[in-house]
Amino acid sequence: MRLGLTSGGGGAGGGIGVAQGMPPPVLPQQWNRPPFHLAARRAIFPVMYTQALNAAETARAEPADAQGPLEQRFQARIDAEARIEPNDWMPPAYRRTLVRQISQHAHSEIVGMLPEGNWITRAPSLRRKAALLAKVQDEGGHGLYLYAAAETLDVTREELVEQLLDGRAKYSSIFNYPTLTWADIGAIGWLVDGAAIMNQIPLCRCSYGPYARAMIRICKEESFHQRQGYEIMMTLCQGAAEQRAMAQDALDRWWWPVLMMFGPPDAQSPHSDISMRWKIKRVSNDALRQKFVDATVPQAQYLGLTIPDPDLRFDAESGHWVFGAIDWAEFRRVLAGGGKCNRERLAARQRAHAEGAWVRAAALAHAAKQRAQVA
Amino acid sequence: MTAETGTEAATPLWEVFIRARNGLAHRHVGSVHAADATMALSAARDVYTRRGEGLSIWVVPSGAITASDPADRDMLFEPAGSKIYRHPTFYEVPDEVGNM
Repeated sequence: MRLGLTSGGGGAGGGIGVAQGMPPPVLPQQWNRPPFHLAARRAIFPVMYTQALNAAETARAEPADAQGPLEQRFQARIDAEARIEPNDWMPPAYRRTLVRQISQHAHSEIVGMLPEGNWITRAPSLRRKAALLAKVQDEGGHGLYLYAAAETLDVTREELVEQLLDGRAKYSSIFNYPTLTWADIGAIGWLVDGAAIMNQIPLCRCSYGPYARAMIRICKEESFHQRQGYEIMMTLCQGAAEQRAMAQDALDRWWWPVLMMFGPPDAQSPHSDISMRWKIKRVSNDALRQKFVDATVPQAQYLGLTIPDPDLRFDAESGHWVFGAIDWAEFRRVLAGGGKCNRERLAARQRAHAEGAWVRAAALAHAAKQRAQVA
Repeated sequence: MTAETGTEAATPLWEVFIRARNGLAHRHVGSVHAADATMALSAARDVYTRRGEGLSIWVVPSGAITASDPADRDMLFEPAGSKIYRHPTFYEVPDEVGNM
């Protein structure tokens, strides 16, 4: 049972029991539901680090107009901007959507350590190496805050990790692209983390308390990531012709995949209005994407780099940068496993988990032995 | 992979509390998984204090915490609800007397 400790960056509170001697609480019916992973097995459509866009599935599973008194009271609390906490009643579909979204987000942070980890030993200076190491450690930390937040929804860490390792769970498509040069580390910090921040700021006001609190912590730390990336790009762009070419090449390769991080166009995600109504998602994919482009184009201009989009133009009337068509076929291909690094990423996680098994077993055996000696 | 993780023992869960500054109480910040208390402390340090967020850390096995059930909150806190005379504003003191 889950009871209460959720004040911080996503406390799990997974094993907390009810006071002895108190009358047993009446468990809401959904607490007796079948294990989560049965529901999670179906294919999902991950977007961004997070935007779960399993809303389509949710809508099929539970008609949105199933409005009993509990649902109505729940929606009224959401409408009043109240935060939902782990012990509060919530519609089963709300719980499932959150578990899927938060765990996809966590998996993305963990898998996201791999493309950057690729350059730690080859960073061009000690300063860059220390910064990159700290950034990769942050990504690991973000994954752990998010797993802890997901665990408040009655799912275990072991289940979530298993879903990642056996390929059932998805993670952001962006991490299936390779980091070919040092400039990619700059581009990832500047663009990928920049897009993530754009997406994550509204999530700090997500209706689910533990997720929102985890996002606040994460957003505070992401700013360092983006700035260190931009600084790398600046250094390259102020350097030799070869360095500028390397920076341009990285932008050319990352620009479109980064725009895809925001997910399919609003017109193609008709069910995300449920996530909107639940205030899990607060800004639409297209609105976030536009905001990102508007913020990023001037940054590219400052660097003297060219955005690889011949159709890009400033529309004075709307005050926005209008960009060209996104290749959604590529997006779907990478999501379906056809990216350059899908197999490599998953294999790396599986290997790390398998090679760590003896360490986990040894730590547990040691703890058991210590307890036995005390007893 | 499924078979392997399926048979592996679960690593215990710990709740983490951090004192951010001298004079403040320890505050719940989240949780970690660890085999024992020493490892839980070091995991808590790595996860929750990468930027000097704390002066001291407590870790507590999640199962050792006894919590009230929020569903019972009306019943649990009812005794205080009717006792408005516990608040200073319940009492009338003339303005001339000054701040009290």
